[in-house]
Order: sequence, then structure tokens, then C-alpha cells
Amino acid sequence: MFSFIVRRIFSSIPTMLILILISFALMRFAPGSPFSTERGLPPEVLANLEAKYGLNLPWFEQLFTYIKNILFHFDFGPSFKYKDISVNEILAQGFPVTLTYGLWSFVVAVTVGIPLGIIAAIRHNTALDYAAVGITIGAQVLPNFVMAPILVIIFSLWLEWLPGGGWNGGQWQYVILPVIALSTSYMASIARIARSSMLEVLHSNFIRTAKAKGLPMRNIILRHALKPALLPVVTYLGPAFVGMITGSVVIDMYFSTGGMGQFFVDAALSRDYSLLMGVTILFGVMTILFNAVVDIAYAWLDPKIRL
Amino acid sequence: MTDLIKPIFSVDDLKITFSTQDGDVEAVKGVNFHINPGECVGIVGESGSGKSQTFMAAMGLLADNGTATGQINFQDHNLLELSTAQLNHVRGKNMSMIFQDPLTSLTPHMTILQQMREVVKLHMQMSQKDTDAMCRQWIDRVRIAEAERRLNQYPHELSGGMRQRVMIAMSMLCDPSLLIADEPTTALDVTVQAEILDLMDELKREKGTAIALITHDMGVVARMCDRIHVMRHGQYVEEGGVEDIFYNPQHAYTKMLLDSMPRIDNPDKTSHHKLKPIDQQTSAENFLEVDDVKVHFDIKINGGLWPKTVPLKAVDGVSFKLRPGETLGIVGESGCGKSTLARAVLQLIPPTDGTVTWLGKPLNGLSRAQLKDKRKDLQIVFQDPLASLDPRMTISDSIREPLVTFASHMSRKEMQEQVLQMMDKVGLERNMINRYPHELSGGQNQRVGIARAMIMKPKLVICDEAVSALDVSVQAQIIELLMDLQEEFKLSLLFISHDLAVVREVSHRIMVLYLGRVVEMAESKDIYANPMHPYTKQLISAVPVPDPKIERARKSIKIPGELPSPMDPTAKLKFMPSKLRAGETNYIPKLIEHNPGHFVAEHDSLTDLQATG
Amino acid sequence: MLVNKKKMESMADSMSSHAPIEGRSLWQDAMGRFMHNKAALISLIVLVTMIATSFIGPYLSPWDFESIDWALLGNAAEMGAPSIENGHYFGTDDLGRDQFARVMVGTQISLMVGIVGTAVAVVVGVLYGAISGYFGGRLDNVMMRFVDILMSIPYMFILIILFVMFGRSIYLLFIGLGLFSWMDMARIVRGQTLAIKHKEYIEAAVAAGVSDFKIILKHIVPNLLGIVVVYTSLLIPGLILTESFISFLGLGIQEPLTSWGALINDGAKTIQYGTLWQLLFPLAFFVTGLFCFFFIGDGLRDAFDPKDR
Repeated sequence: MFSFIVRRIFSSIPTMLILILISFALMRFAPGSPFSTERGLPPEVLANLEAKYGLNLPWFEQLFTYIKNILFHFDFGPSFKYKDISVNEILAQGFPVTLTYGLWSFVVAVTVGIPLGIIAAIRHNTALDYAAVGITIGAQVLPNFVMAPILVIIFSLWLEWLPGGGWNGGQWQYVILPVIALSTSYMASIARIARSSMLEVLHSNFIRTAKAKGLPMRNIILRHALKPALLPVVTYLGPAFVGMITGSVVIDMYFSTGGMGQFFVDAALSRDYSLLMGVTILFGVMTILFNAVVDIAYAWLDPKIRL
Repeated sequence: MTDLIKPIFSVDDLKITFSTQDGDVEAVKGVNFHINPGECVGIVGESGSGKSQTFMAAMGLLADNGTATGQINFQDHNLLELSTAQLNHVRGKNMSMIFQDPLTSLTPHMTILQQMREVVKLHMQMSQKDTDAMCRQWIDRVRIAEAERRLNQYPHELSGGMRQRVMIAMSMLCDPSLLIADEPTTALDVTVQAEILDLMDELKREKGTAIALITHDMGVVARMCDRIHVMRHGQYVEEGGVEDIFYNPQHAYTKMLLDSMPRIDNPDKTSHHKLKPIDQQTSAENFLEVDDVKVHFDIKINGGLWPKTVPLKAVDGVSFKLRPGETLGIVGESGCGKSTLARAVLQLIPPTDGTVTWLGKPLNGLSRAQLKDKRKDLQIVFQDPLASLDPRMTISDSIREPLVTFASHMSRKEMQEQVLQMMDKVGLERNMINRYPHELSGGQNQRVGIARAMIMKPKLVICDEAVSALDVSVQAQIIELLMDLQEEFKLSLLFISHDLAVVREVSHRIMVLYLGRVVEMAESKDIYANPMHPYTKQLISAVPVPDPKIERARKSIKIPGELPSPMDPTAKLKFMPSKLRAGETNYIPKLIEHNPGHFVAEHDSLTDLQATG
Repeated sequence: MLVNKKKMESMADSMSSHAPIEGRSLWQDAMGRFMHNKAALISLIVLVTMIATSFIGPYLSPWDFESIDWALLGNAAEMGAPSIENGHYFGTDDLGRDQFARVMVGTQISLMVGIVGTAVAVVVGVLYGAISGYFGGRLDNVMMRFVDILMSIPYMFILIILFVMFGRSIYLLFIGLGLFSWMDMARIVRGQTLAIKHKEYIEAAVAAGVSDFKIILKHIVPNLLGIVVVYTSLLIPGLILTESFISFLGLGIQEPLTSWGALINDGAKTIQYGTLWQLLFPLAFFVTGLFCFFFIGDGLRDAFDPKDR
């Protein structure tokens, strides 16, 4: 198991380097200098600016410096747009926000989705099962950017229970709607996957053996069926994580929560490449690390992989 | 049968119906029977006869779409009326069951000990320490070596035979009065089967456990059972004591079943078709020569920081010659490389080393285009009839395929005519021409596969377990068909099978493979009359004979130790441990001609092997 | 524990000996099953109606999607509500443009992006997966490792960066979406190709001297089609979702053209002024469309893979 973990973590290093390389290449080959938009800049000033950001150096030197700064100093360089603020400072501001509602959303999706799917499978072809299937199908066509306005209409405009936006230091009233908006469709997908894999497991031979032993159903589900039924769910957690990170952009925009997504969109609209790269790489690294964790969890559930 | 003994298990007018999309299917149509304490009752039937469903109903394991009516009485309860909670006090405790597929019947993420423990915890009051001790005793009892280590392993770390032994140990933990065994050895090799059957027989005698044995194999029944019920289409067509059924069968179906069983002890007794002796004048020169063929695969082993590759020697230096019109049987257990050898001969898998010479010219190293010409004469019939046909092609398209490749000068109409004639020959009705494989039965699909192989009138056909997946009655028909076609087309056959009885029936010569190497090769009658290699002896002694008197008088030969992994470099010395002890780990046992045409690999004597383990 | 279907069939087989002459292929079977799936069939009808409406609709409306009704400009909140009289069946947007015409155009564009993007993804994915699976070995290893790496990168960010750099054109949207969605398809096709390649009927074809090319064409491709069709039907709504996501951020389709996502974005921005129709009409089309696609996809999956039922 230990060597598996070590191997898995080592194998994510090339992926991270490729991610940085792609981001860097995009930045390099983007048409025009980031400052060319600021019209009427005298050539000397432009050259000065480029020198300040190291853009006059050969590309491999820039790449080397960039990677070195990220790896050893966790430094993404200065923002091109916001003068005198580094990308790090901006990330440090947005990251806790994103992390807070992101974690909550993940927890909600998993803790609601898995039991929902499993109960539906156990009560296969009953009203409960149909209701669960209905909910999951419904939630699938209600992605975060649809959920967000609907939730605001219902809970902020009509019922006036919850604020329709803002963060306010993460007070609970401000967290609820973003979390629901972000988690619903992933909760639905998790429930769907858990249901079908549980159904499959319940029809497998070793469950038949467990029944033949005289074990009560509760015991069979908890001890024999649950772990294997969770395997496909665990596989899905990686993509779900990517989806939530991406979805956070919508949440930040729609609810003005002030997370990293908002900076990303601002940076995209104002061509602040270094900030774009910073956000992309940070999210990418989180994804890659999360995938490694998921693989390790998978190995824990499935003894055949544990080596 | 006497009134003095009260049956422990009895079934009254049991009917089982499954509701499917195409309406209700009655799988069991009103059966009655009983099992007395300590006796072994066999339920025999072919696939789809409904033989397992009776016991599935008793155990409360019927599929969701199945309903059972009637009575199943066990220890004064009608099992069909019990709630699941009540049934849970009976199943696993007084009545337990083992299943056909040991590979998937154990929970993959729990250790053997955990799975055994929970049975004890559920049905008996016992301390954890006593429980573990008992589990270990039982693992010893079912003869799994290194009980302590095995108990803490996961099912995938055990071989199929070991897993079935674990299943038996687990079902015996609470001393049940009835053990239901549903095709317990069908998925296992014959030598393993022999061990499992012996074990069950021993338990029956020592513990007085009654056994319900569900099987399709008359040989197994002959060895194990006191009474037999023969089942067909959901009904018992005949029932009686084992000797009555075997020596005086009444029903036509029983007779047919017994008649279809190939007999290892007497090949000509049941076969309707006597194997024609081959013309001794024809020589093997310039027909098929296989010389020192090796097929090695690189297997990736995970573990440690970096995965490493290890060669798997699937076929490791096999040589033989084949004469025109001759059938060479290739036997061996799973993993012995017999199918890989067949594919290497046909160049479907390129051999790693060695040569295959066909009609005086080497086949290996040829380009695809050059090989194509040769393929016309070299054909193959596969094990799984359904998987060997393209599901999206009609059967006539499948049969026609070789014609399209090799006889493109023919018009469509001529081809169609040829296909129809071939269908007549293999016994397929002409009106099936536009049907798809999924619409046909296994036997019919195998006929299609044979028609496709035969349509170019090849000189050599390889039958790779061609009859293994079929019911005995169908199997007998297909064997007959193959032998007819062999005579008509003057075919040579390489007949590959794990079933020694079948091989004996069809082959002139037989080659025994063990982990990629030939251990013995001789004329068919010699090898059965006078097996020399300990492995051959073990194999032959393990095949059950469908004759209770003969079967019970025989003693199977056991050689201690598990089947080594083919990746273990010392595996080839399994029958020559003297060399291992002498430190000559790289020694390769040589093939020695003892009598003319009878080759045997070097080995230690059987008594030495049994003594040392 | 459903009873083994094959067993049942073989039982039925031995009972009825007279076979009809015409056989039914797996495709015919699948289509038959699909037609019996009510949800899928209704979804198909609704979807076809929706597509037809989006093309016919604009001819029935006095307004086109880009002209501003100057009479309503600045007063959309009070006067832009849906009405038959002034010809704005779905009302107008904030600028006074006809919402009905815009929803029709949005429907067209969203469906087009979904379908064209999927086509790109299918072509790339099937080729990549089939090559990787059929040739196997080291090539397969390298190709699949590359897919793994791509899949662990949050591609949406890269895609958005591309839009920022190269401008927001609809062609970039087609290609960009397609190029970031083929990996799943490639994996599925590769797995299926590997499975088919090791089937005995392929060996039988090789043994029968059939050439590589013909094996791919006659045996592998037809057996892949089922899963490709199923997966394609699930990919289309996925891409529509992605496009809508990007458009919702205001980064996708360029004004005055529009799409479901852009319309929902516009509508969502103005809900606090009470102009609910600006959100609800595009939302209804979006949700209905996606529902239809998912049900059709599910129907196809059941039809081609009956063991799941």
C-alpha cells in the first residue's frame, strides 16, 4: 500500500509539469504583448515594462524562472493588470472563499447523493426508488448556472429568506444558496451512479453467498455490498471535483462571493494572463492532487489494486 | 424410502414460475422428492432443465421475478412460508449451500477469516478466540496448506480450487444437516474436482451431513450419490437408486444421457461412431511439423516502486508431427498453454521461437499476404459458439466469409449454393439462413462455426475446446458431426480439450501438456492403458467414470502441492523435485521415447513424489 | 438475481423447432426496444418538434432576433411582457429585442454547437480510441497515458483562455468544445475495440484470411457502432451544457447572436426587475431540450445494452 501511494504521487509530477507547460505556452503564443492593448505606450516604456516582467528574456529562461518560482516559492509572479499586486495576494484573498463553499458542496453532494442512490437501489422498483430517480434526472438538467437564478427567485425574491448574493465573511446565510446551486447536479450524478452500481452488486454471486449464510439484509448491505458499490462512485469523484471547481466560476459571478472564479473571469475579460495562469495552475494542481487521493481511496476499497 | 427414517428435506408439488418480458416461464413444473439424513441425492439435468431452482427456492434465493408454490419442508417448517428473518435462522446454519462459480462467490474485499467469522457469530454463541480456532481447524480440514496465512488473505489471492474449499469450510462451520452443492466442480479442473468430491464424500461419512448434489455430470453422480433424480424441462423424468439408474435406466432421456457420456474407461462403448484407424502408410513428412515452439508473453507485475515485467512461458518448447487424416488430442488443465499452442500453430499468435512447417514450408516469418494462401487449408473451431460468430452478421454471411476471401471468382449465387450445401452437411435447416447467432442455441451456433471452418475443405482443422461449452447430448452430436466430416474430407484434426474422456474418444494420438511443456505423448490406447508420467496418471485417475461400481472401486492418485504459477521458473521441475533439491534449478526434463511412439518426460517416481510433496 | 436469460432462451428454443426464415439483427432488436420505450419515444417527438419550431418559428414572428423595438426601448420591464398584440409572443429582452425570435435563434445555435462539437469529438475520439485499441502495446500505453493527463486538467479554464486569446468566434466554439470532449469517447471506444479484438470471431476472421482493413471495416466498426451511437447521444447534451456554461459567463457566443446559455444569463441578470419571462422562456426550452436528450440517450443505452434492464 505504501509503495502504491508513493508511486501514485510520483506519477502526478509529469502531469503537473505538462499543465504548467501548456499554460506557459498559451501565454507565450498569445497574440500581442499583454501591454499592447494600452494604446500609445512609448516603445521605451513598453521595453521597460517587459523588462520588469522578464518578458525580454529568452523563452526557456522565462519558463525556467516561472516553474522555479512556482515550485520553490509558490510564487505566480506579479499581476499584469492590477499594478503592484502579485497574483499570490489575489489568490490568497479568493482561495479561502472558494475552499469554504467548495468543501461544503462536496460534502453535501457525497453525503446526500450516496445514501439516496443506495436506498433507491435497496428499495428497487418502489415509489421511493422512482422518486429518487425522478430527482436525479431532474437535477441533471439543472446545472449550477440554472440552479443559481432559480434559487434566487425562490428564496431571495419570493420568500425573502436568504440573501441573493455577497459573502459577508462566510456567514451561514450567505453560504447556503451557493452550496445548493453548486452541489445539486453532482449530488444527482453521484446518486445515479451509486444506485446503478448498488443494483449490480446486489445481483452478484457473493451477495447470494452472503444471503445463503443467513445474514440479515442490513448486514449484507453494510459489510458486503457497500464497499464494492462505492467503487464507481469514487471513480466519479475526480470528474465531479473538476466540475465543481469549474462551477465555482459561475457561483462567484452570480452570487458575488468573491472567490477565485470571479478573479478568473475578470482576468479573462481584461487579458490579465499571469492571473489567468495562476488560477488555472492552482486549480489544476488541486485537481491532480485530488485525483491521486481518489486513486488511493480506490485502492483502499479494492484489495486487488492494493500492492 | 423406508418409513422408519424421517426425511429431513422434502418437496411437495413444487412449481416455480418466472415472469419474463415474453410471458411466464414455468421452470419447475410440480416436483416431489425427499432427502434422508446422511444421504447424497443427485439432481441431474442439462442446462435450462430447472435443476437448481428447487434449491434456490428452498434457500430463499429465487430471482426477484420468480415465484414458488407448493411445499418445501425442512425440519418441520415449510420454507416457502417463512419470512426472510425466520429463514435466516435456518440457512447457513442447518442448511447451507455452495455454488458453481467459486471465483465470484466470495466477497472480494473481505479476508477469508472475516467471511468465515461472521457465520459463526451469527448462528453460534462463541468467543472470538474459539471462533478463530474453529475457522482455522476447518481450513486445515479442507486441506488448505498454511491455514494461518490463507485466513488473512483476500479471495483473489487464492486459486479457484482453494476458494471452493473455503466455500465448503464456510458452509460446514455450523454442522448443517443438509449441504446443497450446485455444480460445485463444474468450473474446476479434473484433478481439483477429484479432490473436492473426495472431501465432500468424507464430510458426508464423518459428519452424517446429507448432500443434495446438482450436476450435469453423470460421472460425478456415479461417484457421489445414493439416489438420483433425472430432470428435464422442469420435471423429473426418472428417479431411483444409483445402481437402478445406471444399470437399468427406464426413461429414454436417461438412456440418452448415459449413452452420450464419453467413457474414459471404454471409449467404444458409448460412441456411436468408431474412430477409424489411420492409414499407417501415410507419413508425417511434409504435412505438419511443429518443432520446439515457444510462446512467451511479457507480464507486468505491479508491486514495489516500479512495475517489472516477467516472461510467462505459455508454451515452452513443444514439438510434434501430424499425419494426414490423423487426430492428435491435446489435453491439459487450465493454464497449460493448449489454446496458445493451437494459435501458435495457426500463426494467430506469432511463436516467440521454434518453427511450424506446413507441407514442407515454414509458416513462421511469412507476411500476412503469404500466410493468407495457407490459411485456406488451416482452420479453427472455437470453444464459445456464440462469441466466435460476429453478432451483427447472419449465419450465412459468417459461413460465406472464407469463400469471399478465397474464392472471389465465384458468383454470389454459387456461393449461396455452397453455403446451403454446407448447412445441410452440418445439420442446419436451410430456412435458418438469414438468422443471427443470438437467435440460435449453442449447439446450432457451433454447427455454424464448423460449417465456416469446413467450407473451404481444409486439410487441418484445430478444435479448441470445441465441445466443452455444450450439454452432453449436444456434445455427442457435434463429435459425431466432426468425425463424419473428418472421414468425408480426409481431415487432420488437432483436438484440444480439458476433458480426457472426450479426447480419448476422438483421437488417434494424445499429447499431455503441463505448464507449456509436453509431459507425455503416445497412441491413444497406450496412454490410457499404460500412462507413465505421474501427471498423466493423476489426470486419468481423476476423471469420473459414469458407472458407480467401477467409479467407487477406483482410487484417484494425488500428488501433494498446489499447481505452481507458470511464471515460477522452477515450475517445470514440479515432477522432478530431486533436481531442485540437487540445486539444478535450470534443469529441463527431457522427453524420452520409452516404447516406439510413446514419449515421456523425465520425472521422479510417483511414490517419491507422494512421499516428499 | 435475475434468472439467466440465455437459459430461458435455450429452453424456449428447444421447444419451438420451426424457425421463421427472416432473422432479426441486433439493430432491429435495438430499434424495436427503443420504440417500446415510451419516455424515449416521446422525447424524440418533442425534440424533433422543437427543432422544427426553431426553424419555422422565425417566419411566424413579425420581429427578427436583432432588431430593437424602439417603442419599448428602456421600458422593457413595464411594456416588454409577452403579448400577442404587439407580436412579442415571449416578450422582449432588456434592449427591446424580440424574445421569441431570440429563443428560436438561441435554440438553433445551442443545438448546432452541441451537434457540431459532438461530431468533432466523435471523429477524434473514435479514431484515437480505435487506433489505440487495435494496435495496442506500447502505442496504446502512450496514447492512453496522454488521455489520462488531459483528463486531469480542468480544461474549461484552458478553453476560456483560448477564447480570450483568439477572440470569440462560433467556429472556435465548435472546435474548442469538440477538442476538449473527445477523451471519454476515446476511452470508451478503445476499451470496446480491445474487447472486440479479443473476441473469437475476430480470430476466426483472421484464420479465414480476411485482411486487416476488412476486419476493421466489417467486424470491428459495426460492433462499435452501438456504443458510439449511445455515447454520442449522451455527449450532445453534455456539450450543450458546456456551451451554455461558457455563454452564461459572457465568454461564449458573440452578440447579437445568442444561445440558450447567453439568454439564461441575460434573463438571470434582470430578475430583480421582475422581468421573469426573460429567464423562464429560454430556461424552459433549455430544460426541455436537455431532458429529451437524456431520455433519448437512456433509451438508446437500454436498447443497445439490454442486460441493464
